[in-house]
Amino acid sequence: MTALQIVFFIVAVVTIFAGLMAVTVGNLVHAALWLILSLFGVALSFGLLSAGFLAVAQVIVYIGAIAILIIFAIMLTRRVATDIGSQINSGWPWAAVIAFVLCGGLIWMLREWPGFSTLPPQMSARADSLSMLGMALVSPNAYVIPFEVASVLLLAALIGAIIIAWERK
Amino acid sequence: MGDPVTSIASWLENLLLGWGLSPGWVVFVMTVLGVFILATFVLVLDIFLVWVERKVVARFQDRLGPNRLGPFGLIQPIADVIKLLIKEDITPKGADRIVFNLAPIMALATVLLLWAVIPMAPTIVGSDINVGVLYIVAIGALSTLGIIMAGWASNNKYALVGAFRTVAQMVSYEVPMVIALLVPVLLAGSMGINSIVGAQNQLWFVFVAPIAALIVLITSIAELGRAPFDLIEAESEIVAGFHIEYTGMKFGLFYAGELLHTLTVGALISSFFLGGWRGPGAEAYPILGVGYFFMKAFFLYWVIMWIKYSLPRIRIDHMLNFNWKFLTPLSLVVLIVTAILHKVLENSDFWVYAVVMLAANLLIGWVTLQILRSRARVERQRVAEPRSVAVPPSSTISNPTA
Repeated sequence: MTALQIVFFIVAVVTIFAGLMAVTVGNLVHAALWLILSLFGVALSFGLLSAGFLAVAQVIVYIGAIAILIIFAIMLTRRVATDIGSQINSGWPWAAVIAFVLCGGLIWMLREWPGFSTLPPQMSARADSLSMLGMALVSPNAYVIPFEVASVLLLAALIGAIIIAWERK
Repeated sequence: MGDPVTSIASWLENLLLGWGLSPGWVVFVMTVLGVFILATFVLVLDIFLVWVERKVVARFQDRLGPNRLGPFGLIQPIADVIKLLIKEDITPKGADRIVFNLAPIMALATVLLLWAVIPMAPTIVGSDINVGVLYIVAIGALSTLGIIMAGWASNNKYALVGAFRTVAQMVSYEVPMVIALLVPVLLAGSMGINSIVGAQNQLWFVFVAPIAALIVLITSIAELGRAPFDLIEAESEIVAGFHIEYTGMKFGLFYAGELLHTLTVGALISSFFLGGWRGPGAEAYPILGVGYFFMKAFFLYWVIMWIKYSLPRIRIDHMLNFNWKFLTPLSLVVLIVTAILHKVLENSDFWVYAVVMLAANLLIGWVTLQILRSRARVERQRVAEPRSVAVPPSSTISNPTA
């Protein structure tokens, strides 16, 4: 077993454990903090796969924006944070069935996937995955249309936020 | 000869390989060792920073500062550390114990994480990742989290208000900072910090993009939460903000984190705009680069202290207006102009390119000042015009025109 594999197992166990804690602890702020640990674990997994950009984007978007927004919302409603209610409602069997079906389906699909036994291809030292990603995002042959659609969507959200917050005189 | 760190590292690597360790484990051991040495070096530097801070603020306030223990008071920070360590450790009633104890660690650890990507010399860099600038932004998000955790877990309304202010300030000032940081990224054509330093071989970026450098400096001070942006710990309003309930070494970690963060910001701005480790002979003898790097970092540290001890605290609505109505549009204009000029002047001579860039920046700065001046004139008129004020009833009767 190589050192990288051991690091991966530690990261994976911590990520899954934090994910479980995020949905089982009673205190909402603690749940949000466990969620952050879980998201950070996912970012570390990206980093272990040499996908540095995805790792950093994961931290910026999920921890820097979404998780802080969640914590902020919880802090503004302080009484909710101390409520210890039931963690499950009456729909839990359905959720369990769907989760098992999805998990089983994924395992069945990945049963014959060759990726488990092949080694990752050696990237040449000169290949810069980040600039290749950047070129692909604005290249007409690749992802320029999804990229532009996403930016129009974000712009629409931005304008919408201004309209909602607009003080009518 | 000029690069002791790399020679020691390669000697150790060969030694470990000679002991029969597999290459994967050698990389692992070397990484852990590197992290350990870098973190220790930075933390020891941090103790020294306490002395620098106290000595410099004393000079700004026309005092001498610590001068009793050791030469120039150099042993004073050790005494400070011992004092902090033997103080009583108090956890307030109703505090969330685990989060409360985790927050100071987060506050210092996130600053240490930044040092992983800062190049101290061409060959002495923790990890030369190609997303360095984004990495710094991401770690900034984590440091916000540490302060929120401290504010929430203390079970204190002042701490909570401090945490709210932190979120408002840090999340807002991140926007112009990221936009302004795109300017050196654009000029260097890379997000790796060592590549950005490498791209400044002809001219430091501060001469090509002075406005972006200024915006990054201002927003970094806001991210640090130092005066004039120290609303998050405003003593006269919310006592001490998020670290009000912390005692002893836990408070010490926040304090050390702030000092170290300031030096780190100085190091980052010097890498982005002042050529980092660049200087005469730095490429042939990397150890010289370390000297240049720390000289520039400490110079910026001094500039930030100079601003801190010269300016009063900014009001909270001014703080938000300054960010959203001034810095964000300005940084967008600078980014767009820089991008267009960079593309137009792609094939021209470097000095023509540099002069046009500088002229464009000066023009933007001049137009900005003109707009500000006309806005200030309107504001002055509005403040100066007579307003209806409440007067006692008796005076209204005696003098109805007032």
